[in-house]
Order: sequence, then structure tokens, then C-alpha cells
Amino acid sequence: MKILIIEDEREMLNNMRETLEREKYIVEATTHFKEASLKIGVYSYDCILLDIGLPDGNGLELLKQLKAQGKNEGVIIVSAKDSLDDRLEGLNLGADDYLPKPFHMAELHARVKAVLRRRNFDGNKTIDIGNVSINPENRSITINQKDIVLNRKEYDILMYLITNKTRLVTKSALAEHVWGDYIDQADSFDFIYSQIKNLRKKLNHATINVEAVYGVGYKLDIE
Amino acid sequence: MLPLITVWAFVFYYAMLNEIYDSLDDGLENQKDILIGRLKTEPNIIEHRNVKKNNHVFTPINKKKHKHFKENFRDTLIYVQSEDELEAMRIYSSAIKHNNAYYKLDIITSMVEEDDLIESLITYLLGLYVILILSILILNNLLLKRLWKPFYHLIAQLQTFKIEDNTPITLPKSNIEEFKLLNTAVNTLLQKSTHSYSAQKQFIENAAHELQTPLAITINKLELFLENTPLNDKQLKDIGTALDNLGRLTRLNKSLLLLSKIENQQFVNVETIPFNTLTEKVIADFEDLANHKNMRLQIKASNDLNFKINQDLAVIMLTNLVKNALVHGKRNNTITITIQSHMWSIINYGTPHQLDQNLLFTRFKKTTTNTKSTGLGLSIAKAIATKYAIELNYDYNDAHIFKLTFPKK
Repeated sequence: MKILIIEDEREMLNNMRETLEREKYIVEATTHFKEASLKIGVYSYDCILLDIGLPDGNGLELLKQLKAQGKNEGVIIVSAKDSLDDRLEGLNLGADDYLPKPFHMAELHARVKAVLRRRNFDGNKTIDIGNVSINPENRSITINQKDIVLNRKEYDILMYLITNKTRLVTKSALAEHVWGDYIDQADSFDFIYSQIKNLRKKLNHATINVEAVYGVGYKLDIE
Repeated sequence: MLPLITVWAFVFYYAMLNEIYDSLDDGLENQKDILIGRLKTEPNIIEHRNVKKNNHVFTPINKKKHKHFKENFRDTLIYVQSEDELEAMRIYSSAIKHNNAYYKLDIITSMVEEDDLIESLITYLLGLYVILILSILILNNLLLKRLWKPFYHLIAQLQTFKIEDNTPITLPKSNIEEFKLLNTAVNTLLQKSTHSYSAQKQFIENAAHELQTPLAITINKLELFLENTPLNDKQLKDIGTALDNLGRLTRLNKSLLLLSKIENQQFVNVETIPFNTLTEKVIADFEDLANHKNMRLQIKASNDLNFKINQDLAVIMLTNLVKNALVHGKRNNTITITIQSHMWSIINYGTPHQLDQNLLFTRFKKTTTNTKSTGLGLSIAKAIATKYAIELNYDYNDAHIFKLTFPKK
């Protein structure tokens, strides 16, 4: 799985690279429009993370270039400028997703994974982890081949934790992903605990479960 | 005006009286010359002794008296039969010598009657006064109003001028130097203010933009640090607190960005939004938070409420109001949302006293000590409401009531 990061902020780029390399992706990176344009023209990638505010050019031009070359890369626009116009134009130009800065590393990975999965670059249709099997297409889950029923939020929490199974997911990252952007001003994220509690009960017979990391968040516990 | 005219009337009266005396006296002197002339051809007139008949009378006097005689003019009252009253008369006495005899010559002429003069003077002055007042009024109303029209036009515009509306002021053209000066001054002032206002708005937006990347880098570095480093509970909690506060900073920044975007008119598309279903959707998002605080959210809808508004802004407005009610509401209580055809309100129980309506919608004015709130939620709701001419009011009646009143078409 090859990913290209086009981002002019070097530290931002380092963070993204570290996160994705941890997930065993092959990551290439550039901070300049021209170099990006060259790389896109010569190589092909599975997913491109594109910052549109580059100092020597507009990232949206790279999108147009990809389209003109008939390339089929998954593209996620990463932007500090959370503007509706940019979002719409980017999506119209064929971008798969739009991720406004700042974002959580877990969220970045989830979005990349989702793009890859949507484009079927990921191969398997079902995700198997321990004795749990998930079919993302119809959002069904089995434990030891037995169906279990999760509500929307429980499913989203589980999927998010599975996607980020190697990392610690902070409460705010989880809340923003599952409950949406608008929940963000709630006085604390403690309310997610009740859903976690229900999810844990339903995962009683599974070889995976949700582990709380004191004061920070949650991670997937794999036996 | 009246005292001025009165003083003027006195001055005028005496000046006129003086002039009349002068002219009468000249006439009398002239008459004397004529009489002396007449004496040469009609010597018998020297015998005239009746003053009433001839208006002059010759009285013989001796030489000594003639020598010391001083010509004089005086006023006297003489009975006039035709008018049956004493008339004021002017007498001119002089001494003449005729055929070696000496005479005193008195010539009389009827004088202006002072009371008549005063009477007509007053009448005419009053007339003048009325005419003066009338013409001033007419001048004021017609001429001056037209003259000051550009001024009042400008004032009317300035009174309704709102810098945030971005509507330009049309300066009335004028040929008058002072108004031209005023126009230029107002124009310069407006341009400067509008410029600094938009510069300030732009500054907030740019500053918020510029903060995004460093915030992102810092948050991500801490997240990676958490994942890469084995930490004990205390360290985990500290990093967690740092992340929470960075999250707060991010939300604050996003809210500021949103506010300036609303004010910079960056949400253009509008569509008719059914507020009933939108409210249900928003409430569903907050279900877990409500459950966590053991609060209940209920909707009482008596009518459908549809309104043309930008969808994102409608969601943000309702979300902020619901969030506000949940965050500040008391545990174990019910939050009631009432929907009518032109009204949307949310009622929650919280601190048992009225909040300051003026501070409530002001940025960063926190009415509670809740450190997690950004102090911008209600300002955002207010900004959105104002943009669409919706009234957002606060009221207290044992419970806190936030009410949106939608304009009727």
C-alpha cells in the first residue's frame, strides 16, 4: 500500500508519515507543488494526502492534473482552511474526502483506511480479528459465527477502535468521530462511557474488547 | 423679534416726527417768504388779524421789540370747528418790517396728530411684523428645507448605518461648499471605519487559520508520544489533560472562525428547512449526553416551522441552543423545546436566577464558571439568527427560556 503525502508544514508531514508508517504503509512525501506534480506524473499511489494550501501552487491543480491523466488514486484533501467552497470544489474534482486541520492521528488513519476500503484496494470484504468478523458493507458482526446486534454508535466505536487497533484512541477523537463535529462543545466526553459499557457487554464472548486508558481514552484489547 | 421691532418703532417714530417738524418748519418759513412777496402787490394783507381765517396774522409791535425778537417755532392747540376738537398746530413767529412799521408775523399750519401717527405707526408695524414672520416661516419651510435637504438626507442615512451590513452610503451631491466639505469628511470617516472593520474581521479569520496548523502539529505530537512511550497513570493523565485543553483551544479557534465566516457572509446557499425534523435530528445527536446527565429532551410541536436558511447554519444554531441547555441545565430535569409556526423555544432549569440578557450573547462573557465552555456558543447562535432576521431572546420565568422568533413573510 503506497501513500503520498503532499504537505508543506514539515512537522505536520512528519506526524502523518509516522502514523501511517506504523500501519505498515509505504509513505512518500513532498513539501512542494512541483515535486508533487512530478511524482504524480511518474508513479502511482493507492492514496494521496493533499494539502491544498501549498506555497508554490494550489493543491486543487494537482487534483485536476490527476483527473486529466486518468489516474485512479484515492485522494484526501487535508486543509487548514475549513472552507465550504474548497470542500465542494475538491469533492467535485474527484477527491474522496476532506479532512480539516487539526485532526487526530486516529482519524487520519480511519479516513485513509476508509478510502482504501471503498476503492477495494484492501482486498478482503470482511474484517477478521480474533473470533470477530465484520462485514463493513452491511455493517454486520459475528462472534464465533454467531450474529450479534450493535446499535449505530456501538458499531462505529468498535470499527474505529479496530481500524486503530495499534494505537490509543483519545476520548475526543472517538467522540468527534462517532457523535460528529457538533458534539465537540459538550462539557466532557464522559457521556461516551455508557455506550462503551454496552459494547463491552456485547463483546463478552469475543477475543477482543475495549480497554480504558485512564484519563486519556480507549484502545482495543486483543487477547 | 418683537422687542427689536418695538425699539425700532420708537426710533422710527421719533425720527419721523423730527423729519415732519423739519419739513413743517421749512414750509412755514417758505410761507413767510411768500407773504413778504405778496405784501408788495397786496399791501392790505397786513391788516389780517384773524389767524383762523388766513392761517397767518400780523400784529404791530414797536421797534424795540422788533429788534430783540427771536424767531421761534412752537406747538399750540387751536379749536377747529369742522372737526370739533382742539387740533395741534405749529406756529412760526417772526418779526418783519413793512413800510417803516414793525409787525410780528405768526404763521400757523396744522400739524400731524401724534395720536393718529402713533396709531397708524403701530398698525403698519404690526403689519410689517406679521409679514416678516410669515415670510420667515415660508422661507424656512420652502427655501431652507430645500437648502438643507442634502444634510438631512445624509443624517438619515447615518442614523441607520450599520458597519456590519456593508451597505454603502450615497452622499447627496451639493453645490454648497460646507456640504461638500461635510460629504468629503463623512466619506473619509466611513471609508476608514469600514476598512478597519473589515481588516479586523479579516485579522480574526486569518489568525484563526494560522493557528490551525501549529495546533494540529502539537496535538498529533502528543498523540504519537502517548502511543510510543510506556507511561504510568499519572503521566497518562497529564498528557490527557494537555490534550483536552488543546482540544478546547481547537474548538475555540473553530468557533472564532465560524463567527467570522458568518459575519463575512460566507454562507450563501439557502433552502427551506423543516425545523421540526431538524430539531429531532439535533436532539438525537445529544441523546447520549442527555442520558449521561439524566436529563430528558422533549419536543412540543403544535405546527410545522419551515424557514429559508442555510442548512449548515440552521444546524449550528439549533445545536448551540440545545447544547447550551444541556451543558448549563440542572441534572435530572426535562428540557422542553416548543415549536410553533413562527417560533422555536427551548426551556431548561439551571441556576435559579435571571441571567444578564446583554452579556449573554456577547463573546467570551461567561455567566457560569464552567471552564469547558468556550463562551462563544450563544454568540454564534445570535450571529446566525441576526443574519436571517430571526430574533433570539432570553427570558427567565423560573426556568431559562431561549426563544427564536421567525419573521413572517
